[in-house]
Amino acid sequence: MDWWFFFEVVVGGLLSGVMYSLVALGFVLIFKASGVFNFAQGAMVLFAALTFVRLLEMNIPMLAALGLTMIVMVILAIAIERIVLRPLVNQDLIILFMATIGLNYFIEGMAQLVWDSDVHVLNLGIDEYAGFEIGNAFINKFDVWAALIAGVLVLILSLFFRYTVIGRALRAVADDHQAALSVGIPLRTIWIYVWSTAGLVALVAGVVWGSKLGVQFAISTVALKAIPVLIIGGFTSVPGAILGGLIVGCGEKLAEVYVGPFVGGAIENWFPYMLAMVVLMIRPQGIFGEKIIERV
Amino acid sequence: MSIKDKNTAAQSDILMNIKDISLSFGGLKALLNVNLHIKKGEILAIIGPNGAGKSSMLNVISGIYVPQKGTVEWKGKLRKKIAPHNIARMGIARTFQNIALFRGMTALENILTGRNILMKRNLFHEMFYIGKGRRQEEEHRKKVEEIIDYLEIQSIRKTPVARLPYGLQKRVELGRALALEPELLLLDEPMAGMNVEEKEDMCRFILDVNDQFGTTIVLIEHDMGVVMDISDRVAVLDYGIKIADGTPDKVRSEQKVIDAYLGVG
Repeated sequence: MDWWFFFEVVVGGLLSGVMYSLVALGFVLIFKASGVFNFAQGAMVLFAALTFVRLLEMNIPMLAALGLTMIVMVILAIAIERIVLRPLVNQDLIILFMATIGLNYFIEGMAQLVWDSDVHVLNLGIDEYAGFEIGNAFINKFDVWAALIAGVLVLILSLFFRYTVIGRALRAVADDHQAALSVGIPLRTIWIYVWSTAGLVALVAGVVWGSKLGVQFAISTVALKAIPVLIIGGFTSVPGAILGGLIVGCGEKLAEVYVGPFVGGAIENWFPYMLAMVVLMIRPQGIFGEKIIERV
Repeated sequence: MSIKDKNTAAQSDILMNIKDISLSFGGLKALLNVNLHIKKGEILAIIGPNGAGKSSMLNVISGIYVPQKGTVEWKGKLRKKIAPHNIARMGIARTFQNIALFRGMTALENILTGRNILMKRNLFHEMFYIGKGRRQEEEHRKKVEEIIDYLEIQSIRKTPVARLPYGLQKRVELGRALALEPELLLLDEPMAGMNVEEKEDMCRFILDVNDQFGTTIVLIEHDMGVVMDISDRVAVLDYGIKIADGTPDKVRSEQKVIDAYLGVG
């Protein structure tokens, strides 16, 4: 067995796993704070990436475009709270979930209506084929950058949730609406914060994925890859989203390279789902998910 | 326990004055022409058989429900409809009949969250625990630790509340309400589901809070022994109507109250 090759596959897998984690993070944020599985997260990734790339094409400098897109995502969050969430306050979670399915199609459609449905090249100034070697293993530079960005994002989000007043308010709302109100936490404001944060994470994911695949409709479907990540890592855990992403990325690459040839290849596409199924059977709440304790 | 003489209560001693309120849900009349005042510093118990309108009354006091008829004065001023999250800012804190804690947090974090509205926001400082953020956190932590000592829950500070036994959960919930430093504390069946020992502890905490901080307390409770022991005044509701209001001794001997509890009439 060629250990350098093995190493290269593992590192490649881990790095691509980080990309999945980025998308999964957006889901975790909203799920943590409202218990809603936001089906529209993929569409938000697409919308953010499209907005960013089209602003760049208008010759707006990169930082300004990033700032503008952030503002657009915050406005989107406010609109979602106002138009979708507020009328559905106190409804069952399944109803909110259904609403996000509708929201998904709306945002997808709007993104392509406002901008367009062409494939746009997004160049961040990092050559996506460049790399460096560790021993005999080739490591892709772009993937390392993506991993760094994701790492910083996760660190900031973890600190934010754990130590800030707003972070605590977010967790409070997630746990109990009534109790949160009784200590003076306004639900609406908190929802705007959550959806804005999810929007900003979608922007980061969109920029990273967009520069890898080109900004196109297909990046809204990378959200599907986030589902096994979430099941494995746990829906409520930020570190879980990261670990889940790493396991999925690494697992699917290893499976493709070492098991693929025996079964005709293309394992990569279904392997994560199978892994998720196994986790569901052994540990339904995911690796880092909160165990549901019910008092009888 | 001293029983305060209600005849000496001047206008300024009244924290809340509820005048002639009626509340109904659809065709169901929950409260009918009820008058009730809450005096500063007293422990007022609202009692009555099931379905008498006690919880509705508590929700009117907290401002969650706005009665269709009648007025509510808070510190001498007419209170208008308020957003649920602004109740805490008025100085009214509460606990719930079915414990409503932040289940994903530790006891300490739960109580700290009770102080959220007293804290200022500076994301950067808070996240990295420096400067203003750090000073603020430490200051509030000190207050929270005081409450924790007070309620004798030092040993479970870092335990996620979902794992705590019922009695301790109720205590943490009281701690969270106290963290707001409220003027008026509403307790919805604070002893429900507790054993004798836990009830005794809870009674002691309620009396201490009232005594030391001067917090006005309104509580709903089914355990008559407890109610008669700790309350300065008792108001009795039956079918949405106030049938008695006075010192425990006075209320206990009223025929209407006895009838309501025995199901006569």
